[in-house]
Amino acid sequence: MAKWLVSGPPILFLLVFFVVPSLIMIVTSFRFPGEFGGLAPLVAPAGEVGGEYGLTLEAYQFFLSNSLYAEIFLKSFGVAAATTLICLIMAYPLALLIASSEKRFRNLMLLLVLLPFASNFLIRIYAWMIILGPESVLSHFLNTILGVFGIAPLTLLFSPFAVLVGMVYVHLPFMVLPLCTNLEKHDLALLDAAQDLGASSWQCFWRITWPLSLPGVFAGSALVFIPVLGMFAVPEMLGGTGDILIGNLIKDQFLGTRDWPFGSTLSIMLTLAVLSIAGLATWFARQSGGMKYAE
Amino acid sequence: MALLEIRDVTRRFGDFTAVNNVNITIEKGEFFTLLGPSGCGKTTLLRMIAGFDLPDSGQILLDGINIVNMPPEKRPIHTVFQSYALFPHMTVAGNIAFPLKMSGKMPDEIRSRVRESLDNVHLSSFANRFPHELSGGQKQRVAFARGLVNRPRLLLLDEPLGALDAKLREEMQIELINLQQEVGVTFVFVTHAQNEALALSHRIAVMNQGNIEQIDEPSKIYGFPRNRFVANFIGKINMMDVQVLEATYSHLKLIVAGLGEVTAPGKEGVKAGDKGIMAIRPEQVQILHHAEEAEVKGHFPGKVHDYLYVGNVTTYIVELANGIRIEALLPNSTAGRAKFFEVGDSVVVTWQHDASTFLND
Repeated sequence: MAKWLVSGPPILFLLVFFVVPSLIMIVTSFRFPGEFGGLAPLVAPAGEVGGEYGLTLEAYQFFLSNSLYAEIFLKSFGVAAATTLICLIMAYPLALLIASSEKRFRNLMLLLVLLPFASNFLIRIYAWMIILGPESVLSHFLNTILGVFGIAPLTLLFSPFAVLVGMVYVHLPFMVLPLCTNLEKHDLALLDAAQDLGASSWQCFWRITWPLSLPGVFAGSALVFIPVLGMFAVPEMLGGTGDILIGNLIKDQFLGTRDWPFGSTLSIMLTLAVLSIAGLATWFARQSGGMKYAE
Repeated sequence: MALLEIRDVTRRFGDFTAVNNVNITIEKGEFFTLLGPSGCGKTTLLRMIAGFDLPDSGQILLDGINIVNMPPEKRPIHTVFQSYALFPHMTVAGNIAFPLKMSGKMPDEIRSRVRESLDNVHLSSFANRFPHELSGGQKQRVAFARGLVNRPRLLLLDEPLGALDAKLREEMQIELINLQQEVGVTFVFVTHAQNEALALSHRIAVMNQGNIEQIDEPSKIYGFPRNRFVANFIGKINMMDVQVLEATYSHLKLIVAGLGEVTAPGKEGVKAGDKGIMAIRPEQVQILHHAEEAEVKGHFPGKVHDYLYVGNVTTYIVELANGIRIEALLPNSTAGRAKFFEVGDSVVVTWQHDASTFLND
């Protein structure tokens, strides 16, 4: 009874604000768009002749018939994968450092990792617009050097590069935290044992630390990969006109074109893609037996 | 040449001297034990042999070569850790194969060596289990197998039986002795449990506060402790303050305050007038009924103060005329003879004079 009292409110919250909207979205994706945005009525109003009413697969047909959307999906997954990989490579040494330092320094360093969250997300992205902008110190410095070699000046802002920088910047803490949580639980005696049995530091890392940190790697990767897929603010502000991702596409359907059914279709396709990737990853982890010890 | 030679090794942590000028020589095939209370420096010494810690001064020679600056992974020395430190993400076979893989053995050889090693520790049917699926004793065996599989020159064992319950520990002790004889690898065993050390070792080094107090065979350590610390630490022992009255090559005449004269075996370097301790093991002390013996030399009257019946033996505490309490261990080997004496009985205690030892202060 007490269990339900405690878990009731969050369950109710998720039911009302996640399950119900998801269902609404699924239904929306099978309807016709309204003439001036929103949705066309399900049943034709009295006296109306022609027009499109009821349920349809039109949005899905449109999505599948146009290769442009598949391309944006692929590109988005590419950006998400690249962001995840860069975050992992950057976060892992930091997490190792934090996890292996003394407790009081550990907490301080974790605080520093989280500190950017104290300022507004948009302000931080604007800051990157200034840092990468054509008049910035960085651009001047870079282009002066390139100029020496006779290479045409580079534009950093409004490029896929800027998008990637912004994505990595925003999501890095989400990779650091689960890795730290995992790494600080490692039994250091295992590294002693591995070394004692003939493993070099490199072998100690790849045979002991890395496989044991995989749960943290998976958690961090999920926390980076999935939000990056849906992110629209970073590409919109730091990317060029050609750098839009699924997030921008979906946002445009609801706020720009006002084609709700197609926007819903895109959202559902995105959700399905993420779920199948997560499912595949879990299956692979099971197959390799790597997670067996942790269960 | 000795397999391992520890020469003048000292290790300090700030003001604290963990290992103080230690010298030990260990021969090939030996089961050598470092015994001492916690904090005596035995684990620090073991870590220096393994390569996890560096001595501040002194040398550690393996086959005559100084290995102090050799990293742990290069030393042909493996360790069985107190916590076993089995790799949780590898199967039993994977754990045992690890040192073979690290030394670059071929897959075929690894397979056959792992199989052989699993046989040795009776775990053949557990090859594909993960460590968390094993009992304490099984984990222990995997740790032994992993430490031995690549035939190290030396196997270090850091209180490996500490986590097991008493019955299992006894089983593992026997298994460990057999295993060592089978593989012929030199063992350096660290423990604070004196009975374990006595049961397992060829030789024991008793350590205290960073110093070696005595290095000897178990029976010598027990029978002829060199000083008060060793006598006290290994088993139970009765101790009385004495003064030497007369010292010859074969025997010592000692005066026990308020009790009289006793005789002890002769000891080198002891001279008349020396003060020290006479030590006698409880099982060497005999108790006789008062009536049976007249006033004979070396017999001391007393009263049974208390006794503790523990099944196979009974420990009696007898208070002597001078107020000293002496413990005597009597085997209950006669059927139905659970008790010999009652509290308050007047008795006489005596011992063979060559069973006692004089220890200088």
